[in-house]
Amino acid sequence: MRVTAERDRCVGSGQCALLSPEVFDQDDDGLVVVLREEPAEELRGEVFQAADLCPARSIRVHG
Amino acid sequence: MTADILPRRPRPASVTGTDVTGIGAADTVRKAAMTQSADTAPETGAPLPQFPMRRTCPFSEPREYAEMRADHPVSRAALKVNGKPTWLVTRHEHVRQVLGDSRVSSNLKLPGYPHQFHIPEEMLAQVRLMMLNLDPPEHSAQRRMLIPEFTARRVKEMRPRIQQIVDEHVDAMLAAGGPVDLVTALALPVPSLVICELLGVPYEDHARFEEWSAAMMNHDLSPAEYGAAVQALDMYLDKLVTLKENEPGDDLISRFLEKNRTERIADHVDVVTMARLMLVGGHETTANMIALGVLALLRHPGQMAELQADPTLLPGAVEELLRVFSISDSGTARVAVEDIEVGGVTIRAGEGILALNNAADHDESVFPDPDTLDIRRKEARSHLAFGYGIHQCIGANLARAELEAVYGTLLRRIPGLRLAAAPEELRFKDDAMVYGVYELPVTW
Ligand code: HEM
Repeated sequence: MRVTAERDRCVGSGQCALLSPEVFDQDDDGLVVVLREEPAEELRGEVFQAADLCPARSIRVHG
Repeated sequence: MTADILPRRPRPASVTGTDVTGIGAADTVRKAAMTQSADTAPETGAPLPQFPMRRTCPFSEPREYAEMRADHPVSRAALKVNGKPTWLVTRHEHVRQVLGDSRVSSNLKLPGYPHQFHIPEEMLAQVRLMMLNLDPPEHSAQRRMLIPEFTARRVKEMRPRIQQIVDEHVDAMLAAGGPVDLVTALALPVPSLVICELLGVPYEDHARFEEWSAAMMNHDLSPAEYGAAVQALDMYLDKLVTLKENEPGDDLISRFLEKNRTERIADHVDVVTMARLMLVGGHETTANMIALGVLALLRHPGQMAELQADPTLLPGAVEELLRVFSISDSGTARVAVEDIEVGGVTIRAGEGILALNNAADHDESVFPDPDTLDIRRKEARSHLAFGYGIHQCIGANLARAELEAVYGTLLRRIPGLRLAAAPEELRFKDDAMVYGVYELPVTW
């Protein structure tokens, strides 16, 4: 699984950082940063939930 | 939530004439010119259903929604205020689609925008749009400046102060002894003081700020008293911004002004309007959720006991309460700026859309048995009570922190809390844009 996020689309809801703090964070501007681009398989559930709940649809999960 | 900036009952224009940012409503409701196709359904020729529709049970959605979701999930209704047609979108999938579509606008000045209160044309023309009603790129520019104020980390840092505010008010309740009205004792002051904290309102002004902001949602005031409160608050916010321009502090307004020195996206009035939006967006909404949430827990004693025994269930319970009430149901109002297709229906450019989040949050395909409150519901977080898309509530995590602090503290410190009125005596805000309960007498 590979995770990418488009900062340009991000609206800073912070849902991803709350749902999957090992994979996502918010930088000083409050925008998404991906901490682990290839997270462990056991995080798949929370990563998918973060992608699904992202109000700006800025998170993509590949594979 | 858009229309949450509007008063909940018509008020004489003379009183609120100065209330430019608040769009204080209305003299008499002028019946808008309607075309034949506007008040009948083209398919059947039957008269359009009226919007808003009433919640018959405070813990559920209006009865009509389930039928719409099943049979005509994207359909038209006539707005009660002016008879104009609007689209109602009721399925979770479609509400997300509409709110995520860049071909819809939040601009309440566009013809076709589904207003739920009458606003005189002249007043509408003068209104300075709040971020809530701006489209990109203006919306993005303002929102970007505010996002750092509401990050998960920043909200975490605010929690101890929120807890302190809640504890002080619970202390006062305990000292006074029951019965008390939970709305005035806790639900209104807590979010008001949190916004004081956020905006950097000096301590000595807190009491006045609280008084005016409570007056703005007091439905028992005369129009004159209401108008006076709106005006006093506007003048105060204006002075507050001037104060921060001259003496910056450690607060949202000062940081906004600082960034604005390089970004140059806002003038003085824009900053005052932004400050007002924080109050408009964050006060009554959170206050209503506090009171309704406590009521729901009191009416579900089994789940209340579970929550008392295991506070780790609290965050999930907050999501479920937000879902069940979806208090700002029709706040997610839009107008199409291009033709869009939703659920096989074409919505034409210029037509109004209400993406009903309460209907979405009772969509049985996402939330099985949607009318049942279940604090352990695993999909509760998928609710759209904070909206979706670029305007999704910027204060959502702050609101969650406030609700957790209030519910958690009451359960811990007043375990014997109970209703001090017969449930059927409670008056609900059926006529308001933001759903709530007027008073909640409790004792212990
Ligand atoms: C339970 C409490 C709350 C509820 C149910 C709620 C609901 C909403 C909804 C549905 C929207 C989206 C409106 C739209 O799409 O047109 C929204 C936007 C907004 N809310 Fe909240 N809200 C709450 C608390 C707060 C708080 C505490 C604040 C700030 C202190 C706040 C500030 C805002 C702002 C500034 C916007 C506009 C965001 C934008 O346009 O980008 N809200 N809220």
